[in-house]
Amino acid sequence: MVNTGTIIYEPGSSANNKTGSWRVFKPVLDQDKCVKCENCYIFCPEGCIQEKDGKFEIDYDYCKGCLICEKECPVKAIKTEREEK
Amino acid sequence: MSEVKVITGTSAAAEAAKLADVDVIAAYPITPQTTCVEKLADFVANGELDAEYIKVESEHSAMSASIAASATGARTFTATSSQGLALMHEVLFAAAGMRVPVVMMNANRALSAPINIWNDQQDSLSQRDTGWIQLYAEDNQEVLDLVIQAFKIAEDEKVLLPVMVNLDGFILTHTVEPVTLPKRETVLDFIGTYEPKHAYLDPKKPMTQGALGDPNYYMETRYAIETAMRNAEKVIADVHDAFAEKFNRAYGNGLIESYNLEKAENVIIAMGSICGTIKDMIDLKKKEGVEIGLLKIRCYRPLPVEMIKDALKNAKNVAILDKSISLGMNKGAIYADVASHLKDKKTVNYIVGLGGRDITSEDILGIYADVETSEDGKTNWVGLKEE
Ligand code: SF4
Ligand code: SF4
Repeated sequence: MVNTGTIIYEPGSSANNKTGSWRVFKPVLDQDKCVKCENCYIFCPEGCIQEKDGKFEIDYDYCKGCLICEKECPVKAIKTEREEK
Repeated sequence: MSEVKVITGTSAAAEAAKLADVDVIAAYPITPQTTCVEKLADFVANGELDAEYIKVESEHSAMSASIAASATGARTFTATSSQGLALMHEVLFAAAGMRVPVVMMNANRALSAPINIWNDQQDSLSQRDTGWIQLYAEDNQEVLDLVIQAFKIAEDEKVLLPVMVNLDGFILTHTVEPVTLPKRETVLDFIGTYEPKHAYLDPKKPMTQGALGDPNYYMETRYAIETAMRNAEKVIADVHDAFAEKFNRAYGNGLIESYNLEKAENVIIAMGSICGTIKDMIDLKKKEGVEIGLLKIRCYRPLPVEMIKDALKNAKNVAILDKSISLGMNKGAIYADVASHLKDKKTVNYIVGLGGRDITSEDILGIYADVETSEDGKTNWVGLKEE
């Protein structure tokens, strides 16, 4: 049964619900072209682009494939591929 | 000692909210509710009531703010009417689904078009499936008593649902009557403090309220409200009885009130202030040896179907009065809800008083005379000017 009021008492529980399964298209980031402008990191509505060791990486567990990152990348370092499952 | 004041229905609601020591009031003025929230604004401004008064820019915001306030664990009150209640419509579902025990006074008023500020019950009856408990008052004393009871009902752990206390626009909202105001301590002792176990604000225990519920959860949420509604039947009766004991005022069993039902074969079912007129007619006719019965519905949601059936066991012809109309069906909501449970009786629907049309004692006697001869299942619009 659901909690009264469908309340979620466990903080951060949304991290358990992976949203990457919805994806039809997949953004692929080319590290060689990337100029580290942070645009994709700022604009990703899922917050799933993270900077690690000076590189930007996409967490595909949460990327829903909206391709905003591709649109916002000034140097076209992000390409679109069809998701294969 | 309690105190008697000659006050309007909206003042009675405001006084009751004050007696219940509400923490938050979020409200927008709308005729004929305005004088209620004005009174509460006065109470807060002059220090008689220690509450947060949120001035909002619409009824949609009033309900949204009330839900949010209640979700922090605060005792919350608001008031509305007609178009304002209609504007709240989508948020009313959220209040019920989030199980916040907000108490709201609604001044029953017709809906546009044409613009009409006078009384009927279309506004609240149109909200019947939102998951709100709906109670209806007959007079100003009952308004005060119902608002006090509403907090205890809403906050009961077996219920945790928002409650709407309805009073007929102008007929009650703007008419003064003597109302007994109990002492604050006695009221607070009766209601107790609200200590929510499910929804409250505590930074050390963060929680998410009002989250997305996908198809795995939604149906269970609605079912949980239905279960709470069934629990509410008993809670409403218990709260009523406890109230009667403490304050010496009783209204039937809390959900329905029977008036002269034992002997009467012709019975009227009605809700709200019109019950006062009907009771007067019953007393008058009784002297002539004519028995008319009244079943007053005090609680429309949850609808106490078994109690209604039981109370009407001696009735033959049942006149069901509706101050609303479900267009395209030519039936009022009360008729639609009740008649199917009274299969062994003749039921006739009377649409009365839409948009403030006067309902006179003669109308009531006319209905009484008509129900005996009228055809089963018929709908009569009382006082309609037909070309
Ligand atoms: S496709 Fe959308 S969700 Fe995925 S990384 Fe790009 S911006 Fe974020
Ligand atoms: S927007 Fe393009 S260039 Fe900028 S950080 Fe993202 S991938 Fe690199």
